[in-house]
Amino acid sequence: MRQVAIYGKGGIGKSTTTQNLNAGLAAMGKNIMIVGCDPKADSTRLILGGLAQTSVLDTLREEGEDIDLDLVLKMGYGGIRCVESGGPEPGVGCAGRGIITSISLLERLGAYTDDLDYVFYDVLGDVVCGGFAMPIREGKAREIYIVCSGEMMALYAANNISKGIRKYANTGGVRLGGLICNSRNVDGEADLVSAVAKELGTQMIHFVPRDNMVQRAEINKKTVIEYDPDCSQAGEYRALAQKIDGNDMFVIPKPLTQERLEALLMEHGILDA
Amino acid sequence: MDVKSEILGRYNAKVFKNRKDHILRVTGTEGGVPEIAANTRAMPGIMTNRGCCYAGCKGVVVGPIRDAVTITHGPIGCGFYTWGTRRNKARAGEDGKNFIQYCFSTDMQESDIVFGGDKKLRQAIKEAVEIFHPQTVFICSTCPVGLIGDDIHAVAAEAEKLYGITCTAFSCEGYKGVSQSGGHHIANNGLMKRLIGSNDTPPETKYSVNLLGEYNIGGDGWEVERILRRIGYDVVSVFTGDGSVERISRSHMVNLNLVQCHRSINYVAEMMKTVYGVDWLKVNFIGLDAVCDSLRNIAEFFGDEDLKRRTEEVVAEEMAGIAEDMAFFKNKLEGRTAALFVGGSRSHHYQALLKNLGVSTVLAGYEFAHRDDYEGRDIIPEIKEDADSKNIEQLEVERDPKRYRAFLSPERYEELKASIGLENYRGMIRDMPDGSYVVDDLNHFETEQFSKLLRPDIFFSGIKDKYVLQKGGTLSRQLHSYDYSGPYAGFKGAVVFGRDLVMGLYAPAWNMVTPPWKKERPEKDSEKEGSSHA
Repeated sequence: MRQVAIYGKGGIGKSTTTQNLNAGLAAMGKNIMIVGCDPKADSTRLILGGLAQTSVLDTLREEGEDIDLDLVLKMGYGGIRCVESGGPEPGVGCAGRGIITSISLLERLGAYTDDLDYVFYDVLGDVVCGGFAMPIREGKAREIYIVCSGEMMALYAANNISKGIRKYANTGGVRLGGLICNSRNVDGEADLVSAVAKELGTQMIHFVPRDNMVQRAEINKKTVIEYDPDCSQAGEYRALAQKIDGNDMFVIPKPLTQERLEALLMEHGILDA
Repeated sequence: MDVKSEILGRYNAKVFKNRKDHILRVTGTEGGVPEIAANTRAMPGIMTNRGCCYAGCKGVVVGPIRDAVTITHGPIGCGFYTWGTRRNKARAGEDGKNFIQYCFSTDMQESDIVFGGDKKLRQAIKEAVEIFHPQTVFICSTCPVGLIGDDIHAVAAEAEKLYGITCTAFSCEGYKGVSQSGGHHIANNGLMKRLIGSNDTPPETKYSVNLLGEYNIGGDGWEVERILRRIGYDVVSVFTGDGSVERISRSHMVNLNLVQCHRSINYVAEMMKTVYGVDWLKVNFIGLDAVCDSLRNIAEFFGDEDLKRRTEEVVAEEMAGIAEDMAFFKNKLEGRTAALFVGGSRSHHYQALLKNLGVSTVLAGYEFAHRDDYEGRDIIPEIKEDADSKNIEQLEVERDPKRYRAFLSPERYEELKASIGLENYRGMIRDMPDGSYVVDDLNHFETEQFSKLLRPDIFFSGIKDKYVLQKGGTLSRQLHSYDYSGPYAGFKGAVVFGRDLVMGLYAPAWNMVTPPWKKERPEKDSEKEGSSHA
């Protein structure tokens, strides 16, 4: 069982990328579970065809600890098992603690069965506190992919997340598997992301081009592969799935200094007119 | 080698550097009081006796107020371990309200941490109001509440509207500050902001006083109030032992504040002076000479000849009533030595009572005092603020032009400053005998070492080290809670104290058990003479 965590700046397309990638892996015949680690509980919408999920924490709050796994684990497209941790409303409580509680509960309920090829954790935004690092602590997820674009703040976040990975690399054994570029059509994007990846000691595992097909599929509550399997974007996600399935480059990242990151942006990020 | 060097010599360089400034030997204070490090962080790994900010706010200052329901917002342990352990007594007043036997807690669980505890807090207030009908509800916050950021002040404001009560929240999360001292300050600020000054009912006489920093442990406050009333004072409010919200709300109308525990309540004394013009006087109602001096100083403040005469009459009568008992106990205790390690005042106050019983002090220290409690208030301008002290809110108050009243003329005020030490506290060190030790934030290692090296007959401390000391053969009495006894204050309390010490020291128990380390002791002593520590 490979346990994979997906991180990246807020709004960069982690959930969309994760679900499309998982649809690709499912098409290859893999058994997958997605654990959504976002209080908004929207990490499995495309796989399940809508927000149909009762979250683990809501159930815990209403039913107590004696929960039936079936209540929180739903089967979606391609046999993908979907779980949403859920969490408090914005501005109250502790979402980070929620993730810790939720993952511990899933373990106790026996959600991690031996037939699984992959468990994916879709984690919100920056790793703001210890709770959001839960999937990479204690030897849970051992590989991480960071979704980013060529935009400054996305790369800044990627670098920051790398610092978190480095921290847990020694204790939890987690490794960085690569950067996934979810293109925003900015100047010199592929070169820039590749260059940052190289400095971090990793790779840009795939460049996902920008395509309105993603938006259309999302409106229809489907992954691109389900919505239009023959379109070129579906091919991109299948390619990403292939690359991740075959990936053997796992590193402890070497985070960049702010000056170095800015220098790379100057070098690659501005195309001569 | 002196005792200080011997103890410090066992520390590594880093701990040595920190602890050396917290320990000193008194060698005469004529040429000025030596400086001591205080109110700084205890070092990790050291077994300190200190408590937390929540303990200072809920456990010490807010908790004793009898007619307010104090809800601990947090996991159950914080509420449970501050439930009754201070032994501050209270009686229901005419209103029949006395909630201090109860422990109110929101008993936060994991899901409250995740989803926020405010809903549970609202529910707790609702239940408390429906069952107990308090006019006042206090909310005291614990560590996890600070971490997840429950807006307890908004919940309090909402409850005031909903139930027509006074509801005040204290952000006294345990992790704030370096000891319980920060919690005292936060509680003082809350009382000043919300209760003091909310009721302008005048006192019965112009000889009106508040007793500040008296928590009625073992009934101390009742004994002091008895004496003051006998002389003719109107004790408007006691902060906060057997305290009531109604009495606190009109406490600003008095003419003099008496400060017993300087550390925990001096903020209120100072703020009441600034806002309402109430002068304050440091008193000590522990120890016979100290009680008499305090009573005479109070009479001097009011300057009334009848009052002074009445004071002398009461003093003479009270002293006569206990003279025989005190002489008996002194006879039994004369020549003994004591060490005292308590919070922020008692280590000083009890030296006066011990002296009356012929017991001399060899060591005294405070858990959470600041430098002024050791060295006197004149050094306050020298105290440097650090990140920890800046973390505690400093309430900015200003004169209330309508209600500010000065009881004394400016000339008389200056006179009394010089003669009775009005608005001053000279600190503990000045009253300590030459050759005695002062130790700030004493820890378990040092307790054992000092006990071994100074061999005090009695080691006054708290529950955390009492049994370590007693198993080592030294009598230990808890000066935080008075074990199961008290009162120790005033005239009658002095007798109770003397009786307890005689009972403890003369208990046959000490001869009935010979623990193994006692058998080894003579060998160890000779061993120590022959070799030095590595």
